[in-house]
Amino acid sequence: MEIDELYQTIILDHSRRPRNFGELPPPALKGAGYNPACGDEVVVFVARSPEGKIEQAKFVGQACAICMASTSLMTTRLKGKTAAEALSLKKAFIDFLTQDAPPPEGLGNLQALVGVKKFPQRLKCATLGWHALQSALSGQER
Amino acid sequence: MSIDPLAQKYRADFPILEQRVNGYPLVYLDNAASTQHPTCVIDEISRYYKEDHANVHRGIHELSSRATKLYEDARGRIARFIGAKSQDSIIFTRGTTEGINLVAATWGSAHLGPGDVILITEMEHHANLIPWQILARRTGASLQYLPIQGDEGSIDWSLLEARLQGAPVRILSFTHISNALACINPVSEICAIARRNGIVTLVDAAQSAGHAPIDVQEIGCDFLAFSGHKCCGPTGIGVLYVNAEVLADMEPYQFGGEMISSVTYETAEWKEGPHRFEAGTPHIAGAIGLATALSYLDDVGRGAIQATDHHLGQIAYQKLSTLPAIRILGPRNERAGLISFRLGRIHPHDLVAYANEFGIALRGGHHCTQPLMRKLGLQGTARASFYFYNRESEIDRLVEVLRQSIRYFGN
Repeated sequence: MEIDELYQTIILDHSRRPRNFGELPPPALKGAGYNPACGDEVVVFVARSPEGKIEQAKFVGQACAICMASTSLMTTRLKGKTAAEALSLKKAFIDFLTQDAPPPEGLGNLQALVGVKKFPQRLKCATLGWHALQSALSGQER
Repeated sequence: MSIDPLAQKYRADFPILEQRVNGYPLVYLDNAASTQHPTCVIDEISRYYKEDHANVHRGIHELSSRATKLYEDARGRIARFIGAKSQDSIIFTRGTTEGINLVAATWGSAHLGPGDVILITEMEHHANLIPWQILARRTGASLQYLPIQGDEGSIDWSLLEARLQGAPVRILSFTHISNALACINPVSEICAIARRNGIVTLVDAAQSAGHAPIDVQEIGCDFLAFSGHKCCGPTGIGVLYVNAEVLADMEPYQFGGEMISSVTYETAEWKEGPHRFEAGTPHIAGAIGLATALSYLDDVGRGAIQATDHHLGQIAYQKLSTLPAIRILGPRNERAGLISFRLGRIHPHDLVAYANEFGIALRGGHHCTQPLMRKLGLQGTARASFYFYNRESEIDRLVEVLRQSIRYFGN
C-alpha cells in the first residue's frame, strides 16, 4: 500500500513512543511551531554547551503521527551540532522532501519520511518540529 | 422500508460517485463540507453557457433577456424552496459566510452600539462567530455565548428567555444543525422566543438547507443564510434570506454596478430590494445551477432526504459506538446525518489519510469550530457526513476500515 510508505515502521514507532519527549527548564532555548490548518502544536527545547553545541533537545506537543515522528527523529539527531549545523540539517531535510534530487548525504533515518513526497498536504506536518527548532535556536522565545 | 431507498433510486444521478480511489470504490462521506452534483445540475450549467449566457439586467438584446429571466427565475425558485413570501427577500451571495458577513456589516453596523449584546452559541462555525467578533470590536457591543453541555453538545434552550430578558440582546444568531456535533436546534421554538422579546434572529442553515424542509415563515427568522454547494448546487453561490421589513431599511453591502438606481459625480442612489446588495456581475450560472439543484431536491423529496439523513446518522452512531476507545461528539438521539469522533489516540489527520487509502473520503480537523474543540479539550476530530445518496453498506465499510486503523496505528 502507498500509505505504508508514508507510515513506515520507524515512523509508527516514533509516533507511538516519541523519543526525548518532555520539557527542558531555562536556560534551555524554547521554540514553538503551530499548524493553523489542524491545530497541531509542538514546542522544542534545546540545551547548549558554553561552546554553543547542542547537548540535548526535547519536545512536547500533540500532533499527528508524521509530525510526532519527524520531531522525535529530529531530536535524536541534534546532539553535538552547532546551531548552523542543525539548521543545515533542517535545510537538507526540507530539500529532500520538496525536491526531486537524490537525498543529500547525512540524512540517515530521516529518510523514513520519504512518503511525505507523495502526500504534499502532509509536508507541514513533517516540518513543524523543524520550524520550532529554528525558532528555538533564534533565541527569541527564551 | 427497504434498505437505501433513495440511494437505489437516485445514486446513479451522481456520476462522480462511480469511481475508484486508490483501487477501491469511492465512499464519499464529506457531504457536510460539500455535496456532489446530479447530472441535471451539471447539464443545466453547461446548457446555460452554451445557449443563454450574457450579462444580466443591462442588455436589451436577446441573450441578456434570457440570462436575466433565468437569473430572476432562480431567485423565485429559491424563495419557494424556503417558503419566503416574496423573491425580493432573496439576496444572492457567495455562500453562508458572505451572507452572515453581509448582515454583520450592514444591519449590525447600523443597529448596534456600546452596551448592546450579540448572542450566539458555543457550537457556531467560524463563519457565524468571527463576523460578530469583528462587529463587536467595531461597535462596542459585546459578544456573548449560550453554553453547550458536555460532549453531547446540546444547548439548554429553556434558559434562552431569561437570558434575552437579562441583557440588552439585539440579535440572536445560531446554527440550525451543528457541523461538528450533529445537534439539531429547535429553530422555530428559538425564533418564537426571540420574536416575543423583540430580538432579531439569524439562522445559519448551511447544514440544514439541503437536508431538511425549511420554511422561513414557519421558522419566523429575520435572516437565514445557506450555501449552494452543500445542497447539490455549485460552489460560489449562496443565499441570504432577509425578512422584507428588515431588508427595507438596510444599507448596501458593496457598491458598484448593478446595485444603483442613479449616480452622479457627487452621489448615488440605490436600487430597491435584493439588487441593492448585489453589486457587480453576479454568479449567474451559479444561481441557475442552484435553482436546478433545489428543484431536484424537491423531486427527491425533502422529507425523505431528512429521514434518510437521520437514519444514516443513527446507524453510524450505533455502529461506530462498538469501536474500542471511540469518543463520539453530539447527542445520542435526534442527530443529523453526520458523526464527529476521536478514535483512541489516533490523530484525525492520520485517520483521514488512512481511510483515504481505502477510498473513503472523511474530514479531519477542527471543522472551523476551534473554540468548540478547545472547550471539549480536543484539537479536532474525524468526521463522516452523509447525504441521501449514501448507503448503509458504506457505513459498514467505514467501520471496517476504522477497526483496521486501530491495528495499524495502535491505540
